Amino acid sequence: MTEPWWISLIKAFVIINLLLLTFAYTTWLERKLLGRMQQRYGPNRAGWFGLLQPIADLIKLIRKESFFPAAASNLPYIVAPIVSAFTALAAFSVIPFGPGWNVYHWHVNGEVLNVQIALILVFALGSIGVYGFIVGGWASESKYSLLGSMRTCAQLVSYEVSLALSVLGVVLMGQSLALTDIVSKQEATLWFVLPQAVGFLVFLFGGVAESARAPFDLPEADSELVAGYHTEYSGMRWGLFQMAEYINLIVLSGLCVTLFFGGWHVPWVERLDAYGPFWFLIKLLFFLSLFIWLRASVPRLRYDQLMRFGWKVLLPVATINALVTAFLVVLI
Amino acid sequence: MPQPVDSLKGFALTFRQLFHKPLTQQYPEYKKPMYPRFRGRHRLWRHENGLEKCIGCSLCAAACPADCIRVVAAENTPENRVSAGERYARIYEINMSRCIFCGYCELACPFDAITLGNEYEISEYNRDDQIYTKDMLLAEPIKRIPVADADLYDTPIPFYKSNS
Repeated sequence: MTEPWWISLIKAFVIINLLLLTFAYTTWLERKLLGRMQQRYGPNRAGWFGLLQPIADLIKLIRKESFFPAAASNLPYIVAPIVSAFTALAAFSVIPFGPGWNVYHWHVNGEVLNVQIALILVFALGSIGVYGFIVGGWASESKYSLLGSMRTCAQLVSYEVSLALSVLGVVLMGQSLALTDIVSKQEATLWFVLPQAVGFLVFLFGGVAESARAPFDLPEADSELVAGYHTEYSGMRWGLFQMAEYINLIVLSGLCVTLFFGGWHVPWVERLDAYGPFWFLIKLLFFLSLFIWLRASVPRLRYDQLMRFGWKVLLPVATINALVTAFLVVLI
Repeated sequence: MPQPVDSLKGFALTFRQLFHKPLTQQYPEYKKPMYPRFRGRHRLWRHENGLEKCIGCSLCAAACPADCIRVVAAENTPENRVSAGERYARIYEINMSRCIFCGYCELACPFDAITLGNEYEISEYNRDDQIYTKDMLLAEPIKRIPVADADLYDTPIPFYKSNS
């Protein structure tokens, strides 16, 4: 279904702002949940229940001096965080949050960008986002940043393989790379988390590693190392990196919802198209909370454990899962 | 027990913590009561008749390992009687940014004129403000507590509530 370009433009504007709002309150939710899980309050001073804390953080970051190392190479140093943040934001554009509506006499799609290769686009954008991390660390001209970006790069590249392989089963079952088709297929049959449980687990672990979250947060490893690739960044440039990280997490949760948990669809509930985004948001929040819970519960992996898990566990399991799914799809 | 089960028990533990009341103490509203022998901000004392106990002997300054006390003494005269002794401290300054709160001044003082109190909120924006004059040391310490809603930021520990 096509829609006029100006509807896409308005939708892109609205979605990007909602996404940034979600990012801001994900940080709030994370601090609040982590706090309560550690018998602390979390932010409770700025506004009711600390609800104004993200805004206070934003003002602080914007007003802070963006330090520029004398030895840094100018253009890559400035462009790197922008690339990371841009690709993270762009990846969300293909995730469907509703079935599409007819407003007046126009058709409005349930996602910003309706393309047939949506899933490939998400992974491609994710891979470009890695460049932001690598270039940022390299352009800082600091050994800690360089080592940090190498660590990040190694981790993201190794887990990307199993992440892409893990969704192959879903693609085979959904018979499409377009996320809307995959959701429609789940609506017609059943959520892919049941037949693709193995793929889902691989995707979950791979995704946590890909978005550099605990227990795979070796790129940052805030309690034992210097900050990693963004050591030399401060102010809003650092904020952009942080934003990229959180929005990657949101995109990942969105993909989990879309690929394995039926997107906007809910079983045993009478389908009301207008409520699609609501169910999507509920599921998204569930996954975001799950990742925060994971961070509160599990200690960080050692580097060799990380690599061993990625290459010797996730990759074979993902490959076998894809092969078995392919056989079954052909046989049935 | 096999390892995955233990991991899940860990998840259950963190989830249970969500329903516990946090143990955080809401600091500026509620303060932990200090141990009685805690050595904090200094205080100079007066006799009951209003005369200063300090006689400007500079023993505290001599005892001070950080060399942060400055005493300049002057003679008491019948018109201007400040202390009970022969002389009094015309200038008495403590540089709080150098003080290590060892309490030797308190031990050295023959008249118990200087003691170390329990105040510890003595940070300033300016180093010059850390130099405490005699007037400041003789007066009651100023309590700089933000106006806050003690009901909103409650402390879960009853002992702190009754003692702060």
